[in-house]
Amino acid sequence: MSAVQTTVSQASPPKRSFLYDPNIRGYFYQGLLVFVVSYLFYMAATNAVENLQRAKIASGFGFLENTAGFDISQTLIQFSAAGSNYGEAFVVGLLNTLVVSAIGIFFATFLGFAIGIARLSSNWMVRKVAMVYVELLRNIPLLLQLLFWYIAVLGPLPQPRNSVEMGAGFFLNSRGLFMPRPLYASDAWVIPTALLIGIVGTIVFRRWARAQQESTGRQYPVGLVTLGLVVGLPVVAWLVLALVGANPVTFEMPEKGTFNLRGGMQILPEFVALLVGLTTYTAAFIAEVVRAGILAVSKGQTEASGSLGLKPGQTLRLVVIPQAMRVIVPPLTSQYLNLTKNSSLAVAIGYPDLVQVFMGTVLNQTGQAIEVVVITMGVYLTISLVTSFVMNVYNRRVAIVER
Amino acid sequence: MGEYTDMKKALVTIAFGLTASLFATAASAQATLNSVKQKGFLTCGSNTGLAGFGVPDAQGNWTGLDVEFCRAIAAAIFDDPTKVRFIPLAAKDRFTALQSGEVDVLSRNSTATMSRETQLGLDFPAVNYFDGQGFMVRKKLGVSSAKELNGASICTQQGTTTELNLADYFRANNMKYEVVAFATSDETFKAYDSGRCDAFTTDASGLYAERLRASAPDDHIVLPEIISKEPLAPAVRHGDNQWGDIVKFTHMAMLNAEELGVTKANVEQMKTADNPEIKRLLGTEGKFGEAVGLTNDWAVRIIKHVGNYGESFERNIGEGSRLKIKRGQNALWTKGGLQYGIPVR
Amino acid sequence: MSAAVDMSRFVRSEKVEALPPPNLARGPIAWVRENLFSGPFNTILTLAVLYLLYVIIPPIVDFLFINAVWTGSDRDACRAETAGHPVGACWAFVIDKINYFVYGSYPGAERWRVDGFFILLAVGVAWLLWLRAPRRDLGAVYFFWLFPVLSYILLTGGNMDLGGRFWLGFLAVGLLFVAVMGLAAYLLKASIRSAVIIGAVILAVIGLTLGLVDIDWGLDHVPTSLWGGILVTLLVATVGIVFSLPFGVLLALGRRSRLPIVRMGSVIFIEFVRGVPLITVLIMANTMLPLFLPGDMTVDRLARPLIGVAFFASAYMAEVVRGGLQAMPKGQYEGAMSLGLNYPQMMIFIILPQALRIVIPGIVNTFIGLFKDTSLVAIVGIFDLIKTIEASRIDPEWAAPTISYTGYAFAALFYFIFCWGMSRYSLGVERRLAAGQNR
Repeated sequence: MSAVQTTVSQASPPKRSFLYDPNIRGYFYQGLLVFVVSYLFYMAATNAVENLQRAKIASGFGFLENTAGFDISQTLIQFSAAGSNYGEAFVVGLLNTLVVSAIGIFFATFLGFAIGIARLSSNWMVRKVAMVYVELLRNIPLLLQLLFWYIAVLGPLPQPRNSVEMGAGFFLNSRGLFMPRPLYASDAWVIPTALLIGIVGTIVFRRWARAQQESTGRQYPVGLVTLGLVVGLPVVAWLVLALVGANPVTFEMPEKGTFNLRGGMQILPEFVALLVGLTTYTAAFIAEVVRAGILAVSKGQTEASGSLGLKPGQTLRLVVIPQAMRVIVPPLTSQYLNLTKNSSLAVAIGYPDLVQVFMGTVLNQTGQAIEVVVITMGVYLTISLVTSFVMNVYNRRVAIVER
Repeated sequence: MGEYTDMKKALVTIAFGLTASLFATAASAQATLNSVKQKGFLTCGSNTGLAGFGVPDAQGNWTGLDVEFCRAIAAAIFDDPTKVRFIPLAAKDRFTALQSGEVDVLSRNSTATMSRETQLGLDFPAVNYFDGQGFMVRKKLGVSSAKELNGASICTQQGTTTELNLADYFRANNMKYEVVAFATSDETFKAYDSGRCDAFTTDASGLYAERLRASAPDDHIVLPEIISKEPLAPAVRHGDNQWGDIVKFTHMAMLNAEELGVTKANVEQMKTADNPEIKRLLGTEGKFGEAVGLTNDWAVRIIKHVGNYGESFERNIGEGSRLKIKRGQNALWTKGGLQYGIPVR
Repeated sequence: MSAAVDMSRFVRSEKVEALPPPNLARGPIAWVRENLFSGPFNTILTLAVLYLLYVIIPPIVDFLFINAVWTGSDRDACRAETAGHPVGACWAFVIDKINYFVYGSYPGAERWRVDGFFILLAVGVAWLLWLRAPRRDLGAVYFFWLFPVLSYILLTGGNMDLGGRFWLGFLAVGLLFVAVMGLAAYLLKASIRSAVIIGAVILAVIGLTLGLVDIDWGLDHVPTSLWGGILVTLLVATVGIVFSLPFGVLLALGRRSRLPIVRMGSVIFIEFVRGVPLITVLIMANTMLPLFLPGDMTVDRLARPLIGVAFFASAYMAEVVRGGLQAMPKGQYEGAMSLGLNYPQMMIFIILPQALRIVIPGIVNTFIGLFKDTSLVAIVGIFDLIKTIEASRIDPEWAAPTISYTGYAFAALFYFIFCWGMSRYSLGVERRLAAGQNR
């Protein structure tokens, strides 16, 4: 735009109406936009105030301190109908959302990478099965898949009296999966400490092994040592304590009660259905991201590493994936965000996530739609903005490494 | 670049507003009766589907006790019980729909409570079904009282008084339970039916209605305990007393008709009866109908098209229906129940 | 670093024996050996997958076809104890309920109107998506104006009955609008005639639209509470696409505008909508929209989620279109400017036609996402396909163990055919576009 006018103005100097000044026009249009938008907001706000007054609905965030009066099936913090308020109900819902998202992201990443790599496998059968998986899951609505898992797969599980006994105190029935609950004795701190030592030891060993490899070319069994340190050390600590006689952890076994199994830990079927649904669905998308990322690494890289004598597994792990990660990570993050947002579909199968508890029960009990919607959307918005921020920082760091 | 986009955006906003208003219907701030007469039909907030109370069939024909109540109002106004549009409302939407004027009357098994009258700006002119919250369990559990439900998992619908009563009841009796809450009554009941919960709780009338939908209705029993008072009543907006009166006396006319023995079949002959109460009810004496903005034969219209309360009850939820609910508290006061028709006088 | 590595270590000292020539380089056996059994690891993998398929496939085939029940009028046909044989999918249930799944409770006698809507939709989609269709510009006018108006009349019955006072008001405001346009043109010393013509055309289009929906076409009014099933699913998706494309283009242009407030506004809108789950947007539209309107206005229950979906889809579409705009070489902008085109001309005639063409695959992919997301309206109580299935599944007339599976299988098939078909189309376009780029 400006290009045209600059030429014109060069040809015939200043004698020009201010109405044609692009800057002034810009101000005018923006002023108009601001006016229209503020007018719409103003109208909406006055209408809302009037409607709320007419409907005698309270406003403000004071309701968060009112007694909740209802119970929630899965609570990570102490929660009771009489002793807790709506604010705590909000925290319960938020934690439930975060838990299912975090675990979902963990499994979806593994499954997604496995399927993404399988789609590029040299094995025809594996390739096709992976493709069918991806096409099938991507093209069916998640809601339908969740209903399928919840109603069609988990629904027909047996009643508690006929629980499937899986051994070692594990039971499966229509109320969920039951497992022994660990009870910690006073000297249980030894085990997490051992785990911590194991992790630190692993990091130190890996650095050392890497330095050794870079200088001498010699390789060490990093994987085995990691396993030994991270898993073995706590187990050894436990065994030693048990032998000494100070058993750090005992288990409370689920037992059959009048209606249901008593004691132990219970994982709700709603949780399982949501987790499985989110994981398998998102994994299909992650698989596509991973595939695109790997394909973005030029074939020459694979050939070069092959000619250096690296095995296919090593090629994948040491050459292809590190380079593909640069392409993979941004869309991968947005898949993680999608998974978190999609966890709100919990409302369809009765898992008490943020939307179900807060936008469902609390909104209905209080009628304070605006506050509840604002808080809920604010939470999701914060999660996604923080993630984008972290992503941008990561991208900048990766971009510097790029040569 | 981009000077023109905002201009366009403004236009689009206006256009969008216009389109939205295509869908919007203006409900009037004027007296509800006048607006109903002007529209030519009554909009009635109904249940999304509760057998016996308000349920559409596959062709969209509505039946049920609450539905017939709306038909009775329409009959009183238009002498035509079909001039009703039913708007199915979920529990969480029902009161906003009434407040916003989307429906003229809400006849959808809603519990009358003080806070709903005072805080939500509603009126519950007359209780058309006295109910209470109960529990349903599978017979083979061998439970015969709600007091034995300690440790049970219970399916309930979220955002209802049911959910709150449930918490209160178990707390008061010092029992533990696991709650499984769903957004709609369909999901709730299906979850119970498929074995997710030991017990299902809602209003007792709802228990009988939902039991019909179980894959094997005879495997379930309703426990005797009623843990709350649930006077189910049609609701109107606060402030329009004329409209409130019409709704109230539609119910009263149906009660009085039953008490006086006026039925759908004999209403025409009854017009010539000597009983002054019947004469006042049927408008052959006095001008009671005109006083609320209707015609004097308003009650005749109701009874002619819908019938009296007893007939409606039997047809939809009583012995003549699949629900087979006993009159109990809903019998006339003369028969030991709570239904007491205010005299037309 | 290189100094530390002893290069001689990697030099092979002895000669490697030549491998024997491959005995079979072609044919099915070679293919199988190459693709399925090339080494112990792959052999194990192949066998494992074969076993997995053996476990999964036969029961599914059994369920869907071999043991399926195709005829019957109630649950007895689909219960193993009454049917006398193991029962898989109960397709008789779907066949019995198919009208409900397609039309919801839309009155039986009026269902031809819904069929009409389906046909209009198919025509519009084919016209726009078939790249070699004639007069695709007319196709756009059809899809974004005529089709929505006709569908509205067909489905609701039209006959808004706006009344004479409305039309008087409309005429007054319209004349005022044209006068303002003329005045602005006069002030800018531009052509008054063309300004007035543009104003009149805008006015005429709005007037014609309102006129069409105002006329009594003799169709019965069908309230939206009766609509349901596939009708609603397609309707939500259609409204999403019809609104989101133009609105998304505007937002994308806004986001690339050099005016700070416009840019900010667009960015805030897009990022806000993309940052929250659709279900919260739907719940917001459902509970808050009525609050924001004047007390005597209500919004139809079906229109609320439609508005929510339209907003939601616009934000995603904006990002797709922005990708297209960014991919346009700068020379295109400069070329357009050097021809003396102003901003709208440049965008409408030069940039957008090319940019939108590049992003057709992206648009289709967004639409696939949107199409799947329409299922969420079931959660706010709209009777879309999933909700009608959920409602039928608990019908005691059809209470049988496999009813739920059958219903879900039907819905999955429906969504899969649509989404998979669209993704194939998008891949095809992508390939064609890529071929065009390789000059």
